[in-house]
Amino acid sequence: MTEPVLSVRDLRVEFVTRRGTLKAIDGVSFDIARGEVLGVVGESGAGKSVTGSAVIGLIEPPGRIAGGQILLSGERIDNLPAETMRRVRGKRIGMIFQDPLTSLNPLYTVAEQLIETIRTHTDLTPKQARARAIDLLAEVGIPAPERRIDSYPHEFSGGMRQRVVIALALCAGPELIIADEPTTALDVSVQAQIITLLKKLCRDHGTAVMLVTHDMGVIAETADRVAVMYAGRIAEIGPVREVVSRALHPYASGLMGAIPTLDQDIGRLVQIPGSMPRLTAIPPGCAFNPRCPKVFDRCRVDRPEPIEHRPAHRVACHLYDPAERPAVLEALS
Amino acid sequence: MSDFVEVQNLRRLFDVSKPLITRMIDRVPKQYLKAVDGVSFAIRKGETFALVGESGSGKSTVARMVVGLLPASDGTITIDTVSMRDKADATARQKLRKRIQMIFQDPYASLNPRWRVERIVAEPIRAFGLIQGDEAIRRRVGELLSLVGLHPDDGRKFPHEFSGGQRQRIAIARALASNAEFLVCDEPTSALDVSVQAQILNLMKELQESFGLTYLFISHNLAVVRYMATRIGVMYLGRIVEIAPARELFARPRHPYTRMLLDAVPDLHMSGRTRTPVGGEIPNPINPPPGCTFHPRCPLANERCRREAPAFIDGVACHAVEEGRAAA
Amino acid sequence: MSDPASKPQASAAPMGAIGRALDADLWFWFRSSPVAIVSAFVAVTLIAAALLADVLAPQNAFDAAQLNLLDGFTPPMERGMGSQMLFLMGSDDQGRDIFSALFYGTRLSLLVGLASVLFSLTMGISLGLLAGYVGGRTEMFIMRVADIQLSFPAILIALLIFGVARSLIPPQQYETAAVVVIIVAIGLSNWAQYARTVRASTLVERNKEYVQAARLMGISGLAIMARHVLPNVTGPVLVIATINLALAIIEEATLSFLGVGLPVTQPSLGTLIRSGQKFLLSGEWWILFFPALVLVLLALAINLLGDWLRDALNPKLR
Repeated sequence: MTEPVLSVRDLRVEFVTRRGTLKAIDGVSFDIARGEVLGVVGESGAGKSVTGSAVIGLIEPPGRIAGGQILLSGERIDNLPAETMRRVRGKRIGMIFQDPLTSLNPLYTVAEQLIETIRTHTDLTPKQARARAIDLLAEVGIPAPERRIDSYPHEFSGGMRQRVVIALALCAGPELIIADEPTTALDVSVQAQIITLLKKLCRDHGTAVMLVTHDMGVIAETADRVAVMYAGRIAEIGPVREVVSRALHPYASGLMGAIPTLDQDIGRLVQIPGSMPRLTAIPPGCAFNPRCPKVFDRCRVDRPEPIEHRPAHRVACHLYDPAERPAVLEALS
Repeated sequence: MSDFVEVQNLRRLFDVSKPLITRMIDRVPKQYLKAVDGVSFAIRKGETFALVGESGSGKSTVARMVVGLLPASDGTITIDTVSMRDKADATARQKLRKRIQMIFQDPYASLNPRWRVERIVAEPIRAFGLIQGDEAIRRRVGELLSLVGLHPDDGRKFPHEFSGGQRQRIAIARALASNAEFLVCDEPTSALDVSVQAQILNLMKELQESFGLTYLFISHNLAVVRYMATRIGVMYLGRIVEIAPARELFARPRHPYTRMLLDAVPDLHMSGRTRTPVGGEIPNPINPPPGCTFHPRCPLANERCRREAPAFIDGVACHAVEEGRAAA
Repeated sequence: MSDPASKPQASAAPMGAIGRALDADLWFWFRSSPVAIVSAFVAVTLIAAALLADVLAPQNAFDAAQLNLLDGFTPPMERGMGSQMLFLMGSDDQGRDIFSALFYGTRLSLLVGLASVLFSLTMGISLGLLAGYVGGRTEMFIMRVADIQLSFPAILIALLIFGVARSLIPPQQYETAAVVVIIVAIGLSNWAQYARTVRASTLVERNKEYVQAARLMGISGLAIMARHVLPNVTGPVLVIATINLALAIIEEATLSFLGVGLPVTQPSLGTLIRSGQKFLLSGEWWILFFPALVLVLLALAINLLGDWLRDALNPKLR
């Protein structure tokens, strides 16, 4: 097996406040292989965006990485000095955020921004860089790129702007792209176009993508594997088809049942009672235990470790611990 | 069943002109945005009528005109035979007020942050003078809070002590406080997480069954609309392009835009629907395309579509459907 | 009706009131800011001294009967030639104890400052609220007047108002009316800033959905303004008001120094500085120095407190 592009090992991110230390990310591990899209899904406060920020080294005080390792193609990047990390971020990791306007400088034309980025990370001449920029814009589906390249960001529509951001992220030929809610600000019809584009680019370039979103539909369409996060931990991680149709973790299956769909008549949506705990009040044991319909005694005291229940499909839930079989059966009877 | 709400030929223009001096110097005329352009629909008592559309479709503007937050530029709105615009119906309209309430999108902005929840929920009761005496009002507020799945004691708290979903429950309790029969819901769950969205949608359905509520439900999320609505109107650039019973709309979409929209929704179960790739984006509503506003993106567009706006015939506004070119 | 599964979340708000937490936080940030502590100490001391002037001051400095001309020009820390009392900060030409005069001066300065800020606050908030909520011509009119007002230096406007009042009020009644005139003059010259701030926040609040919900209940515009909008727009102006208190005190001192403020019979810190100014060149420096020192301390302390409050309430600066 080849080395994964991104490997996160037991990542912990803390926020130090005067009310104590909040564990925003608490022991998260996952890999992303070349050309693979890993979807990271969760509700607000689950820690999915913080995970993304940690990978690109953008955790700002009072937050800090409190433990674990982040490896990019086998090299540790979580302990690099800020300046080195900044270069890694531009060259080896591309970023796409929710609002394209925040990623583009409104005062410069698209050409200036693309060429500057290309020239920072490669030794192309200005002319070559411009040619490359036009190629990139053509690749992300901007019509008449030789003409449009000299426009300012505000002259593009929302969908086109997000395409420009994707081109910008691709400039230096990164190994990994972190996309944080890339389609959330877009209309449904445009969203579909961006998803298709992202998938195609990742396939063509062999780029690994970490796709952070709250929209399970987007993940189902785009990702190869999905990690479901809850209260700073990964509840379940596995192939996207399996997680969507046969989720193991009670939270994940509840979440899937809570999403209304287009093709089925649903009398009543599955509802998970309550809401995600705040970081100040994460319950002991399994973080999901107060809301879990299948909770039993051990869940309230003992934090579940990820168990490989099916090949490449891990779940952090005591229900799947072989040692718990009798107890589980009793709880369910 | 008779039509409880009837909206006919509703229009709303927004003046988006540049300032007078700029207009004089640049010699440009006044500019208007047709946010809503000739919208008609009817809602029967006890049903959920949904308006879906993408940004700029004018769905929220319709909602605000129906409740009376925004005056219409033209057209009629009749609720329970009382005209919402006719001056002659002013007294009857005043009585109608308390039967119509609205649920807003952002549960963080829809509750006054300085008020305790019990005062928020009691506001319509006091405003309409429905119950006299503080003790009686407090009891009623407690009832309402339990009704929406909160604890009566939660009334002592401030809105910021609640999560988004709980706040939306409070907003629903407030809407019900005046015994409203008709609720206009403007994207009531789009600010919420999916698991909380499910709670709120289920709650709204339960309340509808218990009290026979009528909903006008505005959303951009087709899956949510499918779950909630009895009938659906699809809006594009200020017009309704298709109205159909929910099940029919999803099984046999007729307007090319409806089809495109359905195709664009990411599919959780990948059940093998054939998907045609979607092209283009919504044009600027200030300068909508002539003829049928959808024609630049429409695979079936022809010369007539570019010239002539289609009439709304038999539930759909499309030349291709009318001419039988759109094979289902 | 609602299923049992959705019940447990009912009263489960885990964190306490943010409001209470905020108050606690304010106290926490206060304790961790030495500047805030020192300025608060200075401000409280001066305010307490002003309030208790009658009790604390060694001499009723403005009762002519208590003055002894032989005590005139006693330097600080020396005994007067007439009364043999100790003059901590020296005395002026009439034998008035500067230390005692400061108590009364501070009291008047604070009174004028507070009252004028209150005056402009009331005026600014009401006009800003009205402009923001009603809109249209009303808004245009109020805001244009505010623009004009802001394009003149405040002191000029105060001078103008003072001049008008002077010509309207008969000279024999003027001394009693002086305090009111100066409060109105300073107040009128400062309302525009509050009006602008309040209007801006009103425009934001007016479009919030809770205001629309109230409109749907048929609640009148006036009631919505008073009950819904007002409590939500006052926060930022109160911070400005704290900072402006220092400015108002200085403005009063400036007016009094120019001789158009409070008369010598009712001296504020500014009046004291003005009368001390005459003796500066002849070597009696203390008559000017101590009132000026107190004025600077008072204004600085209030200003720093206001700055601190603004930063503490602004989450972006933490």
